[in-house]
Amino acid sequence: MCGIAGLIHRGKTGDVGREMTAMLKSLKHRGPDSTGYALYGKPHGKELVIRFKVAEQDEMSKGFKIHQQVKDRHNEVRRRLEEMDARIIDDAEATEYAYRLRIEFDGDLRRLANFIEDVEGAEILSIGHGLELIKDLGDADQVAGQYALNDFVGTHAIGHTRMATESDVDIRSAHPYWAYPFADVSVVHNGQLTSYWNGRRALERRGHRFVSNCDSELIAVYLADRMAQGATLEDAMKASIEELDGVFTYLVATSDSLGMAKDVMAAKPMVLYESDRFIALASEEVAIRSVFPHEINTFDPYEGEVRVWKS
Amino acid sequence: MAVTTKATEFGMHTEQLAGRSQQRFFRPEEEERFTYPQSFEVDFKKKAQFDAGPLSISEINLKLRELMSQGYGSIVMKNPGAKHSVAVGILNRLNLTIEGSLGYFGCGLLDGPNVHIKGRVGWSCAENMLAGTVVIDKNAGSTFGAALRGGDLVCKGDVGARMGIDQKGGTIIVGGRAGAFCGFMMQRGRMVILGNAGKNLGDSMYDGTIYVGGKIDGLGVDAVPAEMTDLDVQWLERKLKKYGLEAPKGAKNMQKICAGRQLWNYDNLEPAEKKLIL
Repeated sequence: MCGIAGLIHRGKTGDVGREMTAMLKSLKHRGPDSTGYALYGKPHGKELVIRFKVAEQDEMSKGFKIHQQVKDRHNEVRRRLEEMDARIIDDAEATEYAYRLRIEFDGDLRRLANFIEDVEGAEILSIGHGLELIKDLGDADQVAGQYALNDFVGTHAIGHTRMATESDVDIRSAHPYWAYPFADVSVVHNGQLTSYWNGRRALERRGHRFVSNCDSELIAVYLADRMAQGATLEDAMKASIEELDGVFTYLVATSDSLGMAKDVMAAKPMVLYESDRFIALASEEVAIRSVFPHEINTFDPYEGEVRVWKS
Repeated sequence: MAVTTKATEFGMHTEQLAGRSQQRFFRPEEEERFTYPQSFEVDFKKKAQFDAGPLSISEINLKLRELMSQGYGSIVMKNPGAKHSVAVGILNRLNLTIEGSLGYFGCGLLDGPNVHIKGRVGWSCAENMLAGTVVIDKNAGSTFGAALRGGDLVCKGDVGARMGIDQKGGTIIVGGRAGAFCGFMMQRGRMVILGNAGKNLGDSMYDGTIYVGGKIDGLGVDAVPAEMTDLDVQWLERKLKKYGLEAPKGAKNMQKICAGRQLWNYDNLEPAEKKLIL
């Protein structure tokens, strides 16, 4: 089933971490397996934030060597970053197996990402100037507490509560998906793409790689690929309605935008609240009401509808 | 006989236009023995209100049942908070006012009450309603009035996709726009859309009538335009007036859609078999 949520503050920053936690908590019944956030803070010049993990959560309780392996893998990632002439500004341990790095880097992002992911167990969750993508097993309270997300201040965010159907219950299969290796593009999705393998093969032939077998990742890479070819976010999303087959409602975020698309069958739910200063979307109105407890005017976007908002 | 003639003039071939829907499913001798286990005798003059904000879904529905069992016939529910499955399975007369919005599956399986929702409703509102009225002041989500069997279901705002899917009776009225696939596999009843209708309207409908005041994005398979009669116009004007609504270009200028009956694959069946399927 899965639950998705998104919010954007227009022209200002807000407590997007706390707000997204509230929304995802109220969607827990749509998927208790894992919870994920893509939070967008204010970019600091050319500085990039890398969120990555070097082990799965359940690996930490297996074997005597895993703790040393995690340290070794982390050190290897640092060494490779330095080898690629990336300057590490800050290196913080988010959990025992996940890290947040701030770096300065002017080179080829795809090459950098490939080089880091070549380290055993390493998976980059996101790279971006504003984007910080965090996902882990458990509900929103657990993940927000584990990664201290409730203090995050930013402009917009998307989030996901996952009910695993066609891939494993692990961090790799959790949403949101970063559009590897395009900075600042992330996607959450509710539904199922029936054209997944055809779409994936077409994008792989264009040189893209996929880190999971989850159909939602295809949407992220598809949109980023279109935008890299010069399309606007809105145009890329409109093309996706025609070209992606299946039932889906998805949210996409870039460094300054939040977008929503619904397939032509309108088979997956989405409720929208829109005001001059704030937009909130979710699979169910209860999620929006967790941020706005009072009565508000909401509506369902229609079939084949695409909308984009700027922060 | 007169009832049958009227129904035929409406473009409907099976619906009788009077009586509570439950009467259609039981023979008179069965009906006399039949009682709903949770149906209460209430007094409309006995009034109560409660705050649903701090209550869970089960607690809200139990609170309603408790008030009805005490004879309260006019109940006001405050702060429903868009919770799901609220005010379901009410099987007796009741005036219920909900001051706020409901989530999914609100007011399902009703038989008798008059419900006024002052907010919005999520997916599948009034699903399988047998009798009564549900009036929504704002918008409604998809599958609005799915498998409706009787009563009046009115949304004064816009409605999502697949409204009245598998509708088996009753009337659905929308003040604004309706999404795609409305009236899919409709079997009986009437649907009135005062604004625009999405694509595939009335797809694979067996029977029933759809009236549209605005633009239709596309008709579904076997949904065909039909001629508006004086009876249609009178009925529409009477029904819309009852809920304070008006067709933008007048009832007589609405479009009428019926089943073309080219897809009726049941014609080879015996009447008894037909009854089982429908």
